[in-house]
Amino acid sequence: MRQRVARGVSRWSEPIIEWTIRLCGWSAIFFVFSILFFVFREAAPALTSGLSLKEFFTSQNWRPDSTIRPQFGIVALLAGTTSVTLLAMAIAVPGGLGAAIFVSEYCAPKTREALKIVIEFLAAIPSVVWGFVGAMVLNPLIIEATGAPIGINILNGGIILALMSVPIIMSVGEDAFRAVPDTYREAAVALGASRWQIVYKVLLPAAKNGLLAAVLLGVGRAVGETMAVLMATGHAVQVPHSLLDPVRTLTATIAAELGETVEGGLHYRVLFVIGSLLMLMTLAVNLAADVIVKGIRGRQDA
Amino acid sequence: MRLAAIALVAMVSLTVACSGGERREAASAPTTGAVIRITGSDTMVNLVQAWAENYKKKRPDVSVQVAGGGSGVGIAGLIDGILDLAASSREMEPAEIERATQKHGGVKPKEYAVALDALSVYLHKDNPIAAMALADLAEIYGDKGTIDKWSQLGATVPGCASGTIVRVGRQNSSGTYVYFREAVLGRQREYKLGSIDQSGSKDVVALVGRTPCAIGYSGMAYATPDVKALELAKQKGQPPVAPSNQTALDKSYPLARALYLYSPAEPKPHVKEFLDWVLSPDGQKIVTDIGFVSVQGRT
Repeated sequence: MRQRVARGVSRWSEPIIEWTIRLCGWSAIFFVFSILFFVFREAAPALTSGLSLKEFFTSQNWRPDSTIRPQFGIVALLAGTTSVTLLAMAIAVPGGLGAAIFVSEYCAPKTREALKIVIEFLAAIPSVVWGFVGAMVLNPLIIEATGAPIGINILNGGIILALMSVPIIMSVGEDAFRAVPDTYREAAVALGASRWQIVYKVLLPAAKNGLLAAVLLGVGRAVGETMAVLMATGHAVQVPHSLLDPVRTLTATIAAELGETVEGGLHYRVLFVIGSLLMLMTLAVNLAADVIVKGIRGRQDA
Repeated sequence: MRLAAIALVAMVSLTVACSGGERREAASAPTTGAVIRITGSDTMVNLVQAWAENYKKKRPDVSVQVAGGGSGVGIAGLIDGILDLAASSREMEPAEIERATQKHGGVKPKEYAVALDALSVYLHKDNPIAAMALADLAEIYGDKGTIDKWSQLGATVPGCASGTIVRVGRQNSSGTYVYFREAVLGRQREYKLGSIDQSGSKDVVALVGRTPCAIGYSGMAYATPDVKALELAKQKGQPPVAPSNQTALDKSYPLARALYLYSPAEPKPHVKEFLDWVLSPDGQKIVTDIGFVSVQGRT
């Protein structure tokens, strides 16, 4: 009796669960496309209602609600996003991959567990808190160490973003190293390779795809991060000349200004154009990564 | 799978980017009674919050919900018709009044001057400069301005090795940002780009207090021991005036301004009652407690 009921339940629950899971998978695609659609739809009217694309891409003047003459030039904002991201990656890629190598290849199992937990905890810190650290702790330190007039600048934002990206790069990178079969390591040891030689000559090439994914996830985090850079980079519209200049990023501009815009106004539309641009940028990075990874795989197969 | 993960990261960060514009909601829980929604000026957010808390004692059945974000945010909300009152540290522009009038059946928004402020220019407490003329301020903050070193004003600032003037300002949603431009730079001059734009009045003062090279502007109620407020002269050669209750009232301080609440069209009865209370001696006592100047002494 009980068995029959159970069989009845499983006959019904099996397809339900299967469909739920299938829906979860497809919903990601649905969400991505509906967000793309929404952002582009809000942005599109800007192109016909007075936004000059030439000014948009060539002017450094961002004065969106000037009563004299509104100007929508994003060169300074693009320079801000690019400089902070590049600096963050310059710090986080070696740091994150180094940590991944150490955790997966060099340290004892107990230390590994402890280290992983602590480093992954870094990823759980909310970005506003990182912003606080940048504005309150790093700001005076940078002023003291470099003699810069102000400590909320590219350097500050870059360090904060690097700290935020390291846990992602490390944990994805570590997975990539773990995924390399132990037989590779054994073969290398049998050939008399030192530990460093194993890492450098065997593991790095073998885990290349996974490592690239790790780096790109880090880039994605850095480009898209908003709150922390808003607080740590100084939020100043200018093309930077040194690492110690304050800048403003594209994301921070949207966050800071969207609330004041009247829905449907030109300023509102232009912020959505910036949003579309950001999406296209991340899309380009992802596609490039896919092409590179496929290329590498293709050559390996051949 | 990986692509999905990356897309998810992008999606989440974009959602964050879009929702970042949401103001800090300092709302009291809606009760069964009437609700008054007030959004806008960050200069006034402490003041309006204090009014809301004290009004609860008088009328427990009316819930006053307060949010900041900047005068521009308040005025945009007023035009969109989602607010009962917009707090603003500047007057509404003619174009904004027109749009609001159109939105609300041809009735103009009503303006209530509810407090006075002496918009103060703050320096780090170690900065030796004590007074400045508006023309100097304009050369510091204005587009194509000629002053970017403290030495040009005859000062060496301890702790500021480079001597560069770090301009701290407000984000362009701020009424203070707009007021300062019109009062100091005039209607025809833009800000010099590259100032550090802060989202709150308090943030400006806190940053100036931590940065010896900095100069910044904010409401008089936000002064702290780490900063000092400049005395300002309308023109070079005139005696400079310090920001204070007295100089805000008699308008001898060059940046004396009123702080406003705007209602879209005629206020509803329970909103009107709140406004009357705000302008009463009880409401105005809170103005002085917070650090601004009561409108009662105004002639």
